[in-house]
Amino acid sequence: MDSALIPRGVKRCPFPQFILFVAIVGAVLLWGVYAMLLCWFKGLNQTNMNDAYGFALWIWADLAVIAVGGGAFFTGLLRYIFGKDDLKNIINYAVLIGFICYSSALLILAIDIGQPLRGWFIFWHANVHSMLTEVAFCLSCYFGVLTIEYIPLILENRQIDRVPFFHHLGHNMHETMAVFAATGAFLSFFHQGSLGGVAGVLFGRPFAFREGILIWPWTFFLFTWSAAACGPCFTILITKITETVTRKKLVKDSAIELLAKISGWMLLTYSIAKTADTWYWATVTAPSMGQTLMDFYSNNPLYGIWILILEIAICGFVPAFILITKKGRKNSLALWIAITLATIGVCINRWVMVLQVMAVPVLTFESWFMYFPSWQEIATTILPVAYGVILIAISYRYLPVFPNEPELNPMETLPAQETEKEEAVEPSVDLEQELKPAEA
Amino acid sequence: MFPFSFEWIWDMGHVVFMGGLWYALTILGIGMTYCIIKSAIDASRGNDEHHH
Repeated sequence: MDSALIPRGVKRCPFPQFILFVAIVGAVLLWGVYAMLLCWFKGLNQTNMNDAYGFALWIWADLAVIAVGGGAFFTGLLRYIFGKDDLKNIINYAVLIGFICYSSALLILAIDIGQPLRGWFIFWHANVHSMLTEVAFCLSCYFGVLTIEYIPLILENRQIDRVPFFHHLGHNMHETMAVFAATGAFLSFFHQGSLGGVAGVLFGRPFAFREGILIWPWTFFLFTWSAAACGPCFTILITKITETVTRKKLVKDSAIELLAKISGWMLLTYSIAKTADTWYWATVTAPSMGQTLMDFYSNNPLYGIWILILEIAICGFVPAFILITKKGRKNSLALWIAITLATIGVCINRWVMVLQVMAVPVLTFESWFMYFPSWQEIATTILPVAYGVILIAISYRYLPVFPNEPELNPMETLPAQETEKEEAVEPSVDLEQELKPAEA
Repeated sequence: MFPFSFEWIWDMGHVVFMGGLWYALTILGIGMTYCIIKSAIDASRGNDEHHH
């Protein structure tokens, strides 16, 4: 039914099966949309926000998707600026995942601000003393970069590519992609960092406050570092999940291993830096403010010292040591464990740096502020996941997301009907060239 | 966002923040304009040398 839209040289499931899959995930999406509309039309009383939690569950979801979406900027940086050509096999997917993550982050922000119609105020009436203003600027601009990086992939759809203007546009955007990738890396460095900076400058909250360089607390650099380390792990994780679901090998091992190796070293150095930061904070910064380490990890029903060990040791050093060793990267199970732990680790880090920060009492007569989100918050947090699954499904079906797929999954013969059709339209098609996938 | 906005002040904060924003937007704008114009010219000339 839709075979004319499917890339050449690859096989896809029957159209009804595809529609059924999209419909099932779409039901979850609609649940989230319903909750989103409730928040917009009835207001933020639909959440469990209170004086202690002014951003609801969304602030964590926002920071987490931005962190795991960091795979796009870092893979782009490695591919286009540092010339790691092997990554051309996975850069399309990294861009797609980044696009989903950042569009989700903007959607979540649109819900979180309560009055999305006034969202433009942050640009027009910018508070230039706020790190969150910088985040808003960089986030929006970087979403523009990701859109620019995603467009050439859309233009490579078989039918769209027939239009000469779109064909040339896709090619010319490829040619100038290094400029966009460099701009994206610049923007990402600052917004990832500023999200960390927001926590680090809270001098009234000893759990979050960190010292640093000039106006930038150490958390500024740690957030960028962790996103660059764990973002690619999330890209690999989603790639592996996609391969499992489709029961195909989609990316060459060389690309996965290279990205895993670089992520591993980034994660190891990050974990060392994070340990040093935590040590200094626990022994110097917090005591100077009259607090001890265990003040932040006791007398509450959830946050124990376990969360610190889980974040840094189990989800930091363990995956790092797996990924930096050749044996670890080549072992499928070990790789799965490493990329999963790294992804969980960065999500825990963001949780701790925003939600635990708000839970810790800051005055002697206060108790811990525990929080449980409303179903509307949970539904709108799951909404981006459903949206992401659907966009991946559509992109995978109709766009040449994985350049190596035809080579790694050769089809015995092209269907006769399709061949005849192609010959009728494009009599001079060079099959070798046509089967060679495009690089985005 | 613009110097004609009522709250605009010519200080370092505004220059750095807004300078960074306009710097990024300018690069993206020029880059896309270049791609679109070049593609229109290539398409009108029927130039089809590349297979990406």
